[in-house]
Amino acid sequence: MTSTLGKDLLAIEPLTADQIRLILDTAEPFKEISERAIKKVPALRGSTVVNLFFEPSTRTRISFEFAEKRLSADTVNVASSGSSVSKGETLVDTARNLEAMRIDMVVIRHGESGAAQFLAERIESTVINAGDGTHEHPTQGLLDLLTLRDHFGDLRGVRVCICGDVLHSRVARSNIWGLQKLGAEVAVCGPRSLLPNAIAEFGVKVFDRIDAAMEWAQALNVLRLQLERMTAGYIPSLREYNRVFGVTSERLARLKNRLIILHPGPMNRGVEIDSDVADGPHSVILNQVTNGVAVRMAVLYLLAGGRPELAEAAKSGAVRADR
Amino acid sequence: MDPSRGLDAVGDVLVRDGLVERAAAGSIGAPDGAEIIDCVGTVVAPGFVDVHCHLREPGREDVETIATGARAAAAGGFTAVCAMPNTDPVTDNQAAVGFVLRQGLAAKAARVYPIGAISMGQKGQALAEVGEMVGAGAIAISDDGKPVVSAHLMRTALEYTRTFGIPVVDHCEEPTLSAGGAMNEGLMSARLGLKGIPSEAEEIMVIRDILLARRTGGHVHLAHLSTKGSVELLRWGKARGINVTAEACPHHISLTDDAVQGYNTNAKMNPPLRSADDAAAVADAVRDGTIDVIATDHAPHHYDEKEREFADAPNGIVGLETALGVVMTKLVSSGCLDLPALVDRMSVAPSRIFHLAGGTLARGAPADITVFDPTREWVVDPSAFLSKGRNTPYAGWRLTGRAVCTVVGGRIAYHIDPNRP
Repeated sequence: MTSTLGKDLLAIEPLTADQIRLILDTAEPFKEISERAIKKVPALRGSTVVNLFFEPSTRTRISFEFAEKRLSADTVNVASSGSSVSKGETLVDTARNLEAMRIDMVVIRHGESGAAQFLAERIESTVINAGDGTHEHPTQGLLDLLTLRDHFGDLRGVRVCICGDVLHSRVARSNIWGLQKLGAEVAVCGPRSLLPNAIAEFGVKVFDRIDAAMEWAQALNVLRLQLERMTAGYIPSLREYNRVFGVTSERLARLKNRLIILHPGPMNRGVEIDSDVADGPHSVILNQVTNGVAVRMAVLYLLAGGRPELAEAAKSGAVRADR
Repeated sequence: MDPSRGLDAVGDVLVRDGLVERAAAGSIGAPDGAEIIDCVGTVVAPGFVDVHCHLREPGREDVETIATGARAAAAGGFTAVCAMPNTDPVTDNQAAVGFVLRQGLAAKAARVYPIGAISMGQKGQALAEVGEMVGAGAIAISDDGKPVVSAHLMRTALEYTRTFGIPVVDHCEEPTLSAGGAMNEGLMSARLGLKGIPSEAEEIMVIRDILLARRTGGHVHLAHLSTKGSVELLRWGKARGINVTAEACPHHISLTDDAVQGYNTNAKMNPPLRSADDAAAVADAVRDGTIDVIATDHAPHHYDEKEREFADAPNGIVGLETALGVVMTKLVSSGCLDLPALVDRMSVAPSRIFHLAGGTLARGAPADITVFDPTREWVVDPSAFLSKGRNTPYAGWRLTGRAVCTVVGGRIAYHIDPNRP
């Protein structure tokens, strides 16, 4: 059956606010499962999920795998090294071969923007985008929204600034669309060489100075600075980046307002964020990681055709997702 | 209709021994034994010339051959095409030029004129043997999709070609700005997370080479202009009498970077589809003649090559069989361009600029004639193309205007199937 989200989850941009709220609401009852001694419910029993990772990933892959296993799905991990992928097989051939083995869902991480959509248009199985190039990372966006909602209750009017390499960040795009749809005020801050030229057309505020951004914001989402941006000439040095754009404890100490700090990980401590900020009372970084599993459980459950109002019952083992 | 002589009337065209004997208003009266083609309701014009296409032979005969390309050209109303040298091996010497010419003759479809490379192997270093290539039949030189990075090499090419009176066809792209780019830089590239190619990557080279044409007196022909800024720079150059001409492609007039949405690899080409503002500026320059020529940049690719992640897919679309319909539908039907201007941009101007016989129905000219029906509606069906390429963003488009008969040297190279819808 078709889920309320459609066949796939490829991006946040095409979702409606109601669909986003549905996922976040569905994630709420799933949070509790991970707190149990026996962290398993039968909602996806009998379903086969392939985690197809063409880029190295620890956090996202493990988070998805836990979500799948806690819903009792059968999972297979395919990484780009040691598979036919590294032998030059095309993405479409890899996908068709997986489909021929009668799988239900593919979670794909790929270095090229549009790869998840490409796959979704060519196979009948459900496709979940776990990050495609510099396009979107929808489950990261959703878990960031859930974390913010945990803190603020309602995101309408909440001021959130996304800091750093927006140009190359799939997390930034998913956050911008998701936050805007839920009524938050969104800003970005970073060196102009790492912001899209057309950033103003996204309907976001732009700060050139991190201090001004921190004064304005109630929450900062600090992006990871890919170290290769320096060698590619986008910024002069990591040291200078930290001095001009880093979220440092000195900057935080100067603020009158309180703000919370998110980071999608993995962090470059001492570059975009100082250790004492990451580990300090403002940080909700580990809450994000915990929420990641619940959000991914919700996405898997809903895409498998699970009825949202039964999520609570599914926890107890009374209901299976109806495929 | 013969804009080369200001002729636009109902009349007859008489062809004898491969040459135009007479084309005039009113009835000529057919000599005994003449074959008669009834062209009522159509436009009979000097044959269309495409100065920019990729026929892939030698090297990639699986995606196109000179024969299939020449037949596709005839089906699109082109009586002649100019083949770019980015083949494998590169057309950078007299033997290679002779091969293209010979294959073109054997195809017995549209005429095929070879364009030689500017530099050996299109490597941008040593000037190729231009004089020998011209002697063998090359009608222009170009390094095609490889921008001439060295300003010194471009200057030398513009100076050296003055001896032979041929244009240097210029793919304008500043490669350090465009590196890694997959589409136009703008809101759409930012949304899709694809690296953009800014307009300035084209415009910087446009002005560099206009200035070098001014310095040298050589003839630079700017290929596939895609931006408003390029058009402004071209106007600037022409206003100063600099020896510069230019072409635009139907896709840069009819589509914008919105077509990339959904990661459509059939909307990927170089230069990329630009903004609506750019497309309007390019169309306006075609209308007023600032852009002299409409050319296709016909670039067939194998299905498998386009069937992949966007950034990895090759640039280019086929265009020979859709160019007339797209230009008619987008520019002529909208009132932007009248029919004589269309025939000028597709026949008279390219023949004049590239010094090719044709582009006129004057007595004694080769009988290269395009008969097209400006009101005929048809739906683009890539599987019906005579080209081997199917990579088009126009699949399913309803177009108005189509070639119905193409005559090359007095011989019918294409005649539309009357039973076809």
